[in-house]
Amino acid sequence: MSTRLATGGRLLNTDIPVSFTFNGKTLKGYAGDTLASALLANDQMLVGRSFKYHRPRGIVASGVEEPNALVNLGTEGTFEPNQRATTTELFDGLRATSQNHWPSLEFDVGAINAKLSRFMPAGFYYKMFIHPRPLWKHVYEPFIRQAAGLGQAPKARDADRYEHFYAFCDVLVVGGGIAGLTAAKAAAASGAEVILLEQTAHWGGRAPVDGGHVDGAPVDKVVDELVSELSDMSNVTLRLRTMGAGVYDHGYVLGYERLRDHAPAQDGPRHRLWRIRARHTITATGALERPLSFAGNDIPGVMLASAVRDYVVDYGVSVGDRTVVVTNNDDAYRSALALKQAGLDVPVILDARVPAFDSPLIEQAKAAGIRILMGHGVAKVLGGKRVTGVAVCAQAGEGAVLEEIACDAVAMSGGWSPVVHLWSHCGGKLHWDNDFAMFRPDVDKAPTGADGSPFVSPAGSANGHFGLAEIIGDAHAKGRSAAQAAGFASSKRNAPDGESVTEAPMAPVWLMPQGAGIALRSKAWLDYQNDVKVSDVQLAAQEGFESVEHAKRYTTLGMATDQGKLSNINGLAILSDALDQPIPQTGTTTFRPPYTPISMGAIAGEASRELFQPIRRTPLHDWHTANGADFEPVGQWQRPYAYVRSGESVHDAVMRETKNVRDNLGLLDASTLGKIVVKGPDAGRFLDMLYTNMMSTLKPGKCRYGLMCGENGFLIDDGVVARIDEDTFLCHTTTGGAENIHGHMEEWLQTEWWDWKVYVANVTEQYAQIAVVGPNARAALEALGGMDVSKEALGFMEWADGTLGGFDARVYRISFSGELSYEIAVKASEGQAFWDALLVVGETLGVMPYGTEALHILRAEKGFIMIGDETDGTVIPQDLGLHWALSKKKEDYLGKRAHLRSHMADPTRWQLVGLETTDGSTLPDGAYAVAEGHNDNGQRNVQGRVTSTYHSPNLNKGIAMGLVLNGPDRMGEMLEFPGTDGKIYAARIVNPVFYDPEGDKQNV
Amino acid sequence: MLILTCPCCGQTGEETEFHAGGEAHLKRYGPGSSDIEFEGYMFMRENPKGVHFERWRHVYGCGKWFHAARCTMTLEVFGTYPAQTLSPPQELRDKISEKRPGWSWRDFA
Repeated sequence: MSTRLATGGRLLNTDIPVSFTFNGKTLKGYAGDTLASALLANDQMLVGRSFKYHRPRGIVASGVEEPNALVNLGTEGTFEPNQRATTTELFDGLRATSQNHWPSLEFDVGAINAKLSRFMPAGFYYKMFIHPRPLWKHVYEPFIRQAAGLGQAPKARDADRYEHFYAFCDVLVVGGGIAGLTAAKAAAASGAEVILLEQTAHWGGRAPVDGGHVDGAPVDKVVDELVSELSDMSNVTLRLRTMGAGVYDHGYVLGYERLRDHAPAQDGPRHRLWRIRARHTITATGALERPLSFAGNDIPGVMLASAVRDYVVDYGVSVGDRTVVVTNNDDAYRSALALKQAGLDVPVILDARVPAFDSPLIEQAKAAGIRILMGHGVAKVLGGKRVTGVAVCAQAGEGAVLEEIACDAVAMSGGWSPVVHLWSHCGGKLHWDNDFAMFRPDVDKAPTGADGSPFVSPAGSANGHFGLAEIIGDAHAKGRSAAQAAGFASSKRNAPDGESVTEAPMAPVWLMPQGAGIALRSKAWLDYQNDVKVSDVQLAAQEGFESVEHAKRYTTLGMATDQGKLSNINGLAILSDALDQPIPQTGTTTFRPPYTPISMGAIAGEASRELFQPIRRTPLHDWHTANGADFEPVGQWQRPYAYVRSGESVHDAVMRETKNVRDNLGLLDASTLGKIVVKGPDAGRFLDMLYTNMMSTLKPGKCRYGLMCGENGFLIDDGVVARIDEDTFLCHTTTGGAENIHGHMEEWLQTEWWDWKVYVANVTEQYAQIAVVGPNARAALEALGGMDVSKEALGFMEWADGTLGGFDARVYRISFSGELSYEIAVKASEGQAFWDALLVVGETLGVMPYGTEALHILRAEKGFIMIGDETDGTVIPQDLGLHWALSKKKEDYLGKRAHLRSHMADPTRWQLVGLETTDGSTLPDGAYAVAEGHNDNGQRNVQGRVTSTYHSPNLNKGIAMGLVLNGPDRMGEMLEFPGTDGKIYAARIVNPVFYDPEGDKQNV
Repeated sequence: MLILTCPCCGQTGEETEFHAGGEAHLKRYGPGSSDIEFEGYMFMRENPKGVHFERWRHVYGCGKWFHAARCTMTLEVFGTYPAQTLSPPQELRDKISEKRPGWSWRDFA
């Protein structure tokens, strides 16, 4: 069993006991524990079930590479699935539950899958569920979806907050082990600004566990001194619990800081995303130990040798009383010795190698009285939910069992792989190192930055160096050269003198035993989380998935939340062997950020809730809010959809407002409409190019409706243009289009017609603009008093400056409703006062404010198009019957050439018509009119679609507009529109102008 | 995420401050042009592996359009220059030749 030892535990504070729960059971640990070490101290080796076969899974590792020990943490607003127990610091009150089992962790019905595993090989889902086709949709997919996914999605809203942090430095060092600390010091000595990030809560990495001496001092003391020296330097920023998540173009690096995961009672943000720009980045990210592939290597109690050592040394936890060590390298001997030193039993070291000499570590193991079997390995692990022993075999054979050795833990080591992720994220290349059987950074092929020079350097074991002397020498050199690359004179100081122990060469072992038959291979796990075995990768190769990227996706190797940190190298070695080609030829899959999963909250930062996006409010916003406005977003603006009175539904309000405009008087806050001033001697010429119709002939004091197309001929915007004086125009745009159209104007002025004398300015927010609409509109303005707004003084499509009720105003007599209508612009700061004044004079005239939905219905009654409803980026003016707005006099305007293209001139394009149901009901929005026959996909052919549809309270029936094949020539014809509700709506093609087709109401 | 220097205001900023505007040095074809010419202007692009000339706008800065010479393989930025020109400045072309001998892009080399 696993248990807490009476002594040891470098990181523990045994004076502070901590209480936590796992699956509802209360357990004890100490401050300094991780959830994993505390679970092991309580003999909770079984922590989860695997994804596919629901096999029992125990803790394998002690750090970020852990594939199995994923738990649900927290409750309600702090609930989060898939949290690694090995990187979760224990705190009082922590609540964890295990995942992927039903009904319980100990007894899981899904484990029946394991019995069927012979029938569920690689690609099982693809092969099994494809036939017969209908079963996929109705049987297989619902079942698989039920079973899919690790953990549960949180249901409650995240109660925490998150933030982004921008940082700039000369040298960024990722990894606070002995290499990172050494590199940071060497860089900082030059005066460079240095940031050093360490993902765990402790400095020093593996060095304090592995031991050794630097300049004659024990390495753990050296770490303490380095940290204290760096802390005292003003040009150095140190951050624990901050992972270098990704390296991106031109020196951009993301850091992921976990501020409160270990102390949820503290105030402040939970996570912080560091957005760092570094002139040079050093990846001192260490190395990860590889598992060995032998049968039963997934049984709880089989662990990485380095993890077994970590639990003993760092946390005073024994993972078993009797631990068999199986290895292909010297490093695992350190684990055996650490166990011995803690008074635990190591019955045997199974070393797959036959070394030519006894290295110091082998000698020490022998001296400690440990039995060593050279050239041997594990035939299979005995046990179910826990290791009970190992069957020993010769590594060279096929797995004939030589003896069985009882044990309750197995410490395995397949060698080490440098963590090359951050080096590789932005294009750093790798090469294969035969001596250590690993990929290491090819330092001559580094990622390059904006100026073409390398901006990432690997250091220490991340660069493939494993002896303390080599690690420190490399890190010191990299720190100096990084500072130099960032423009600092490097310090002359020599590297500290690390002491390396001579090790016997490791031997690559990709399968144990070497000649393992199918029975053993199909129990030898590569990817623990996704249940991929040696036999699966071999099958994939056999079936032709030869590219490593294909084999990965076919088998799902390395696609779990751990992204194959343990499995990738072993898997591609098996693939290479199956393809009979060298490993470097197979290559690796792509390393993509983030290094380990980071929270969605950290990515969002502050951009959630009310800060999700900027909100634009008009000068009248507060009045709207106080008067029942039901807001809708239009672009980033908040516009009142309708003003709902008590006892009314939103629909009731819309109907009331729409009717009142036609009967009495409506006020619309039109401040959001884009207002762009175009000024200069060439302003007219410029607008002639931008609008499809002629603007240069417009007289000062007059307004003209204009259409804008892009160069490809499609409609992009519309609005009323007013000529202010000879050199000045004011262009109204749609609410959502103002910024884009302003940008569009700037683009043409700056990049094509840069010699034209024109300025443009977006003055949208400088004015409050209020539409005064309805039969009583003139009476209202006359009641305000001031300028002459009579028919004679201010005709339709004219504008004038003057005063109204004492306000400086610019009055446009334009109409988007077909009513007598004035749009009045006043200074933004006077908008509310002017609105109030209109309400006072309007009281006896039946005034009501109206919202955007009434605006829509009013314009639809008149057959006026709306950009974004009748247009969708594929519609040209000709489709909408707007030929009159296409100037024939102008030689050129944007879109003119495009309208001549064959598809644009095609007479079978869908065209605008009105649509009217026979029973007065309202057509569903976006519905398609069906035609005879079916297309190649077996869908009904279509001949048109609804673009706008409303219930008109003025006509007391449903009205709609749509684009229909040959529509204008088919007046009176009936069309059928199947709705998503299963009903078929019949509608007649009619003229799109439903109301006052003669235009009498606006010309008064 | 790229770093670019705006040649108009001189500020160096990261990609989020700018807006990419596609290929640079396009010649506009309007009414009177052939279908082939218009198609080329609207749709045909270089899409090179290596040296490329692009339009960018300093949209959250001075608002000006400019051109950038960039390597699409390594993302190295050779230089930026104002948009009011029909060809890249000779000095920049020489600089690219030093780094990518023998380069060519449309009619430029």
